[in-house]
Amino acid sequence: MNLKLMSTPYLLWITIFSIVPMFFVVYYSLTDTYGNFTLENFFEIQNYSCAFLRSIIFSVVSTIISFLIGYPTAYSITKLKKKHQKMIVALIMLQMWVSFLLTTYSLMTIMESNGIINIILGIFGIDCPLINTKSAVIIGMVYNCLPYMILPIYSSLSKMDPKIIEAAKDLGADKFKIFRKITFPMSIPGVLSGILMVFAPNMSTFIVSKMLGGNENTLIGEIIELKFLGVEYNPRSGSAIAISLMFFIVLCIEIIKYCVYGRK
Amino acid sequence: MNEVILSLKNIKMKFGNEVILENLNLDISKGQFVTLLGASGCGKTTILRIIAGFLQPTSGDVYFKGKKITKLPPHKREVNTVFQRYALFPHLDVFENIAFGLRVSKKSNDEINNRVTEMLKLVGLSKMAHRSVDDLSGGQQQRVAVARALANSPKILLLDEPFSALDLRLKKDMQFELKKIQSKTGITFISVTHDQEEALSMSDSVVVIDKGKIQQIGSPEDIYNEPKNAFVADFIGESNVIDGIMLDDYVVKFVDKEFKCLDKGFKKGEHVDVVIRPEDIKLVPPDSGHISGVVTSVTFKGVNNEIITDIDGFKWMIQTTEHKNVGETIGLDLNPDDIHIMRKSEYSSDIGDYSSFSDEFFNEKEESREESD
Repeated sequence: MNLKLMSTPYLLWITIFSIVPMFFVVYYSLTDTYGNFTLENFFEIQNYSCAFLRSIIFSVVSTIISFLIGYPTAYSITKLKKKHQKMIVALIMLQMWVSFLLTTYSLMTIMESNGIINIILGIFGIDCPLINTKSAVIIGMVYNCLPYMILPIYSSLSKMDPKIIEAAKDLGADKFKIFRKITFPMSIPGVLSGILMVFAPNMSTFIVSKMLGGNENTLIGEIIELKFLGVEYNPRSGSAIAISLMFFIVLCIEIIKYCVYGRK
Repeated sequence: MNEVILSLKNIKMKFGNEVILENLNLDISKGQFVTLLGASGCGKTTILRIIAGFLQPTSGDVYFKGKKITKLPPHKREVNTVFQRYALFPHLDVFENIAFGLRVSKKSNDEINNRVTEMLKLVGLSKMAHRSVDDLSGGQQQRVAVARALANSPKILLLDEPFSALDLRLKKDMQFELKKIQSKTGITFISVTHDQEEALSMSDSVVVIDKGKIQQIGSPEDIYNEPKNAFVADFIGESNVIDGIMLDDYVVKFVDKEFKCLDKGFKKGEHVDVVIRPEDIKLVPPDSGHISGVVTSVTFKGVNNEIITDIDGFKWMIQTTEHKNVGETIGLDLNPDDIHIMRKSEYSSDIGDYSSFSDEFFNEKEESREESD
């Protein structure tokens, strides 16, 4: 009874700002300008399949890179002294406290054609434009999402009972086998939430590609933005894209979970 | 039977400036159930970890069948451990937990199947092979831990406080079963515990440890009946430790009276500790006993009564099935074989009488001991 009361503010909050708007989105996606039922909006999505596909590829690639960077980072943090662990974790969280619009802006300046990276590369005679390329978008995605990959993995690794590692050692496993058979499998829940926290936001992002990717790397998130606020104003088709995107992400999450945990 | 399988030679262990083990020597015979017994912080777990290979001694060596293994890492030793809170692998089911060691050593699937099935049968978990270990009760988890450690066919099984997480009833059952498993497999078991009852009832040999030193090694009977010093006498069961003087071989004087005893080899007039177990004292009418005293407290214990008696200002504990009232004067009778003589040791002055004794105090001591583990 009391618990219900305590959760009321939150329930009110999401009702007003998430659930009700969601109904509007669903309603818009299924109606035409006269309010009649139609599926036309959903058929329109095929015009944007390129952007959709690009979003999928970009977020998959950035998730993989985040994992490849994040796992070893999280793993090596757990090997530090407790005092140092706390410090490093605080540093990683520091980035999460800064608005990611700001960090993306700073990335933009760093990667500009007369930004610091290109100036240094220029000294060595290397001409490697970054801004407005696919690489810039991937770098931006990885940069913004890395803490969300590292922290859950770190927390699942640091929760592990050192006695379990000792038990594995005791039973004949060397360092490599301990990692493969114990440490990694036991950290999978952390890896999974890391993947979800990186993949889903990158799938729907529009700021990163807009600021770092130029005109040729439009993502599906940008299309949705254009449909609501931009030159292609059409909230009905925008809603349909948003709904489809949401279903796609949920589907992906379920597939990943199924692959990891099996039928359980 | 008496072949030595494991020896610790001159083991010294220091953590920083703190000396945990001091010049420890210990031989373990093959096929025995050996218990390292001591209060927490006495260094017994450190010994176990040195044998398993998780710790390197500061100096000294470990020999396995005569071969030096001091620097051999844990995964290469023919020794397996049952951990205190079992440390089962939570992401694997019962079968895979037990199969872990075999899989790591790349045994064939058939061999693994046979061995794990055999182990499951040994610990009575055949029907639970594919349960998740989180769904098991404490006793079942312990069986898995034992089976997992035994699956590798170790030459020595180490048990770190194996029963500390179980309730009393389950503890008794598991002790009985573990003893059965040990005699069935013939593997050398080295167990660590602070529970003297467990040590006495399960072991072929008990090693009493305090302050990083071995106080006494012997069979449970030896340890109980012939404690070497006041610490052992006090730690193993209840005992009255009284100041005495050896007058001659087989004659000891305490509470101002001369008694016959079975001990010899002391100097004439040597000050000694006299141990008398509370259950060995016979109650007689006040005038006909060797000594007499006044009952100061009586506690009903179920199987017997625990009576604290004041004898010339020194409080004795007596266990008897007879009923006595507080304030009553009673006589005590002692046979020569009830009296055990020990040389004075560093512990003699620490071990007092039962004047400060109360159950409450004792239980608190026990609890804080367990918490600090």
